[in-house]
Amino acid sequence: MIVVLAIGFWAGLALKIGIMAAIVPVVALPIIFAELKLSAHMQHRIGPYFAGGRYGWAQPLADGLKFFQKEDLVPDAADKMVYKLAPYLVLGAAMAVFVVIPFGPDLIGRDLDLGVFYALAISSISTIGVLIAGWSSGNKYSLIGGLRAAAQLIAYELPLFLAVVGVVIQAQTMSMIGIIDAQAEYQLFGLEIAGNAIAIPYVFPQFIGFVIFYIAALAELSRTPFDMPIAESELVMGYLTEYSGFRFAVFFIGEYIGIFTMSAIMATLWLGGYDPLFFDLSGLNDIAANAIGALVLFGKVAILVFLMIWMRWTFPRFREDQLQDLAWRILIPLGLANIAVTAFFKVVF
Amino acid sequence: MTTRNMIPGLAKGMWITLKTLFKRVPTVQYPLEKEIPVPRARGVIALDTEACTVCMLCSRECPDWCIYIEGHKEEQPPSKPGGRPRTRATLDRFDIDYALCMYCGICVEVCPFDALFWSPEFEYSEYGISEMLHDKDRLTDWLATVPDPPALES
Amino acid sequence: MQTLDPAAMAHISEVSVSVELQTSDMTLNIGPQHPSTHGVLRLVAKVDGERVRSVEPVIGYMHRGYEKLAEVRTYPQITALVNRIDWVSGFANEIPFIVAAERLMGLEVPERAQYIRLILTEMARISSHLIFMSSYPLEIGAATPLMHALRERERVLDLLESVTGGRFHPNFNRLGGVKPAAGAGAQTKKVVQDLPQGFLQDTKAAMVKMFEICDDLEGLVTGNEIFQARTVGIGVMPADRAAAFGVSGPNLRASGPDFDLRKHTDYLPYDKFEFEIPIGRNGDCFDRYQVRLEEIRQSASIINQAIDTIPSGPLQAKVPKIIKVPAGEIYVRAENPKGEMGYHLISDGGRVPYRLKIRSASFSNLSVLPWLLEDQLVPDLIAILGSLDFVLGDVDR
Repeated sequence: MIVVLAIGFWAGLALKIGIMAAIVPVVALPIIFAELKLSAHMQHRIGPYFAGGRYGWAQPLADGLKFFQKEDLVPDAADKMVYKLAPYLVLGAAMAVFVVIPFGPDLIGRDLDLGVFYALAISSISTIGVLIAGWSSGNKYSLIGGLRAAAQLIAYELPLFLAVVGVVIQAQTMSMIGIIDAQAEYQLFGLEIAGNAIAIPYVFPQFIGFVIFYIAALAELSRTPFDMPIAESELVMGYLTEYSGFRFAVFFIGEYIGIFTMSAIMATLWLGGYDPLFFDLSGLNDIAANAIGALVLFGKVAILVFLMIWMRWTFPRFREDQLQDLAWRILIPLGLANIAVTAFFKVVF
Repeated sequence: MTTRNMIPGLAKGMWITLKTLFKRVPTVQYPLEKEIPVPRARGVIALDTEACTVCMLCSRECPDWCIYIEGHKEEQPPSKPGGRPRTRATLDRFDIDYALCMYCGICVEVCPFDALFWSPEFEYSEYGISEMLHDKDRLTDWLATVPDPPALES
Repeated sequence: MQTLDPAAMAHISEVSVSVELQTSDMTLNIGPQHPSTHGVLRLVAKVDGERVRSVEPVIGYMHRGYEKLAEVRTYPQITALVNRIDWVSGFANEIPFIVAAERLMGLEVPERAQYIRLILTEMARISSHLIFMSSYPLEIGAATPLMHALRERERVLDLLESVTGGRFHPNFNRLGGVKPAAGAGAQTKKVVQDLPQGFLQDTKAAMVKMFEICDDLEGLVTGNEIFQARTVGIGVMPADRAAAFGVSGPNLRASGPDFDLRKHTDYLPYDKFEFEIPIGRNGDCFDRYQVRLEEIRQSASIINQAIDTIPSGPLQAKVPKIIKVPAGEIYVRAENPKGEMGYHLISDGGRVPYRLKIRSASFSNLSVLPWLLEDQLVPDLIAILGSLDFVLGDVDR
């Protein structure tokens, strides 16, 4: 990555975009596979089995190819241009978050000073994509699904931001790398803990914030128990009802990339990101540090994604009003209290 | 809303799914491995042409009339020299249309001469609906697959 | 500055709110093809946002005309037809019809045959309730109980198949008993169809599994707070209202009355067994779910008792070769998994019934829908719809 930085801004940017465009869908595939396989075994099934050999590892690829072959249906009543645009908006928003996710000390698209702010702001754009998908489909189920999605995503944007504020106060920076460095500082509110032996990730001091963010992220991603926008038993497939073929695949990949980026943000803000926590990366050379950092991040993301999949295949879904209840009556007051407490400790110590 | 005591019930459910995750899966991978159907399973009807006397009972009793039988009488030489020549019914056509059959088993049951049997074989799907009509020869072929009846509980 | 008194302020705000929300209702066609209408039910729902103003069920997409068909089919043929009415509990559908015909003919059914009927009926009940246990959480949004419940149902269906030869459509009842000696020929491959060897032990083992899956479902679904939030207090059906609509079976018992035909009539020897009738208190979706879960346990315990006490003896009463039912009229009702199922059989003495009126449980249970679904939310509509546990074949016949 040092090389990339050395060849100039525009060339480096082009290279980074190229790498991202190649990596990003690849990131979604293992998550899709994990979902297929884990859900199957939780339900006492085998799941994918034949595609690609013994364990069906090629099932996501095969599904993707299948989507390519299918007809791209556009309903007669649809607002055609908007309808066609919507999936790319969702995918684009999900991919743009990658810019600020640090995979290693140097493996970051751009270490923005407002990194966290950027990530959350840009991921909100997918809400608009979902809303216009539901609106333009010309289908009543899609419309209800799209409106539900909009209501839900707007309601959960707030706890999402409030949860992050606690971390930002504690780290005194919005830069993703800065937050990771702050977590590696072996201290808590200025107090040295355990004699500089272990770093304390923010999941411990900011546990409430972490839980709030996790719940809000589930809602933001429309995962069970908050999957009302696509609630299959009620709205057939919600805002996705009319989509088929490639456009559906784009939505699908966008959804799983969203899972990855949300988990990566969570891992960065609360679990120390690429930092392995029990030893220092700065002692290693650049390539080793970046490689180990990326692996550590993927490991942390895997834990969070597993938890998401596990919850999805255990829980039923809430009702729309209960979801709003949870956001406005519980998560948001809790998030505000969390900010107040964090600020108090920050000022006192 | 019952967000109070949120943890216990939810955690219990998650414990059950986690337990299941590590259990051995009972799935039978069908084309590779096969379950052996029980002997009484009503899979396909086998015909013993030797026993059939073209009495048409099965055809008549079938609730959706999916059995087609044609036959004719044949003069048989007398069994003893000087006796009267006998007539014997010969089966020309015995078709069962499995596209219509509802697998009730009434034909097997009403057959007075034990010419029809249930076989548990089930792999005879076809691409065309007209091919679901099994003729005499095909029905006779199934006879080899008829299992012995299971031992009984007394 | 002008001051307004609080009452007037409240009034103004109310008016403005109601004016603001004055939107035209949207007609939403739920079904006939929809993931959670259990077949081809169509609900014409007038919705205002998420709020359902009124619902009109449209049925008949699966009308197969069994009542008319029965008028041109002989009695043995009708048993093959009627177990297709409610296909998730095929065996239980045969019982009231066959009992009705037997009573008209004055047949005395051997005790062993009655016990076999009872065991298999309870198995049909378990399999039907396990379908509910799988589909209902799915409607609430949990996909995993589906597979767990269906896995256990497979054990019951395997046992049913090993006895009757059919998983869904057993066609095992005959007038005067259960499947008789078939054929008079010399071949030996057809013998008296008693229970296959090992059936009783296998059933005992399977019933242990039934208790286990009930515990699993309790942990996975019943105790789940989200499930409770979705079902407790939703779709409350008071007992008198339920009775007025002719609701029967677990749906009625969830509202309070312990009305179970297994206790009140004698179509099968249920009086020989100890079992409880689970009842609910509030008549909401959760109670309807809970009653069914408990009924699985009760059925399993009935089966266990029946296996312990099953007598030996003949399986078939003496029946003439050509079955003609004497002229007469009879109504026999039975407690099916879905509720009360009755056959009103009128015979003019011929080989076919003169008229067969079928009272199916799901049809009456469905009739409460427009009342029950009024002013509910769309997600609750699905939750209530699923909790009534109907099968469209049973509704349309």
